[in-house]
Amino acid sequence: MIYLDSAATSFHKPPCVAEAVFKAMGQMGNSGRGGHPISLETGRVIYGARKKLAALFGVPDPSRVIFTANSTQSLNMAISGLFHPGDHVITTVLEHNSVLRPLFRLEDQGMALTILPCDQKGRLDPRQLEQALRPETKGVVCTHASNLTGNMVDIPQVGRFCRDHHLLLVVDASQTAGAFPIRMEEMGIHVLCFTGHKSLLGPQGTGGLCLAPGVELPSFCVGGSGIHSYSRTQPDQLPERLEAGTLNGHGIAGLSAALDWLAETGIEKIGLREQQLARRFYQQVKEVPDVKIYGDLEQHTRAPIVALNIGDNDSQEVCDHLAQRYGIAVRGGAHCAPLMHKALGTQEQGAVRFSFCWFNTEDEVDQAARAVAETAEEWT
Amino acid sequence: MRPRETCLVVAFETTTQALTMEEAAREAGLEGRLIPIPRVITAGCGLAWRTPLVRAQETRDLLQRRQLAFQGCYELEI
Repeated sequence: MIYLDSAATSFHKPPCVAEAVFKAMGQMGNSGRGGHPISLETGRVIYGARKKLAALFGVPDPSRVIFTANSTQSLNMAISGLFHPGDHVITTVLEHNSVLRPLFRLEDQGMALTILPCDQKGRLDPRQLEQALRPETKGVVCTHASNLTGNMVDIPQVGRFCRDHHLLLVVDASQTAGAFPIRMEEMGIHVLCFTGHKSLLGPQGTGGLCLAPGVELPSFCVGGSGIHSYSRTQPDQLPERLEAGTLNGHGIAGLSAALDWLAETGIEKIGLREQQLARRFYQQVKEVPDVKIYGDLEQHTRAPIVALNIGDNDSQEVCDHLAQRYGIAVRGGAHCAPLMHKALGTQEQGAVRFSFCWFNTEDEVDQAARAVAETAEEWT
Repeated sequence: MRPRETCLVVAFETTTQALTMEEAAREAGLEGRLIPIPRVITAGCGLAWRTPLVRAQETRDLLQRRQLAFQGCYELEI
């Protein structure tokens, strides 16, 4: 199987990740739930991962790196914790449902929401931020890259706007953390939400959020914390305030190993290779008759995603055909980004999304491009 | 043009329903496989069970006998 669905989850991972999870399951106990050597060693592993993430994203204090199960949980915690009925929040049509649904829920409760549109290539015009601004605007929630088109958003520019207007900036880095350099302070990010199982190459069930200095979130779940057991309320200290219950220690051990591998290999090098693979694919399929490609493929830096359709064919049927006949794993249909599909006019047809990773080969890319060309010839 | 065949497609509302159907069909020795849901049934995402039309009655019987939850059955040329 040629796996080109890394935007959904990374399938190819460095062997050290599975080895670390296996080792952890034989050695790790519960972090912060006792003073015996097994618990302490578990705490060290998790603290180590926290420090690596803090270094990766430019978080001065590792206790402001909060572990969660995934980006969705992180975004729910950030959005529901920061914004309330009466506030006004700005977001974009590029967003995934993990951003939109928490915002829509708040909108139903009385929060005002402005959704910035994009052009036909899925590009945002940052000048629209100024036009959307209101006296009661409290923040901007924005993806770093569209999970459908791969278009990147100029987060430093959005960050400057937020800084100038004293707004909170929440960034969904699901498609970029691990493949692009992210520095919270330099980019003006107040809350960075990430998942561990995509470009960070860790196990599913790992993720987190990073809080800039001075940004406070109330507790989300409450319960076991390992500290202040006799208090009626969740401890106020971070990270315990936001980490009720036993963490996914085994998964975090795997994520920690993945972070070591990423540091050794070099995130910029990884990102460049992935973009080269995506560009190689795009160069081959763009000339194929009846293939329609979505997004701004001329953008210099973009997530390694190429979304397309073949004529009027159902994207799901194209995906099924690619899997059954060519052994190529890609995703079709809707990609949990309903407003992006609406903007691109692919609500009915969906789109066939090819997404690339460090471990893909040029030969796999070429095979996929040939499969698209053959399918286009036969099906249109 | 691509070859098409008429099939029975059973659409589900959840992934769990679809996987329950797959397991039940395997146990019953019933031919078929899971596919991404065709857009003529619903635009978006999800899974469906595809089986040759000659297996349609057996499939419907299985759905009934095992009280399997599903969204609908469709005869489609796909």
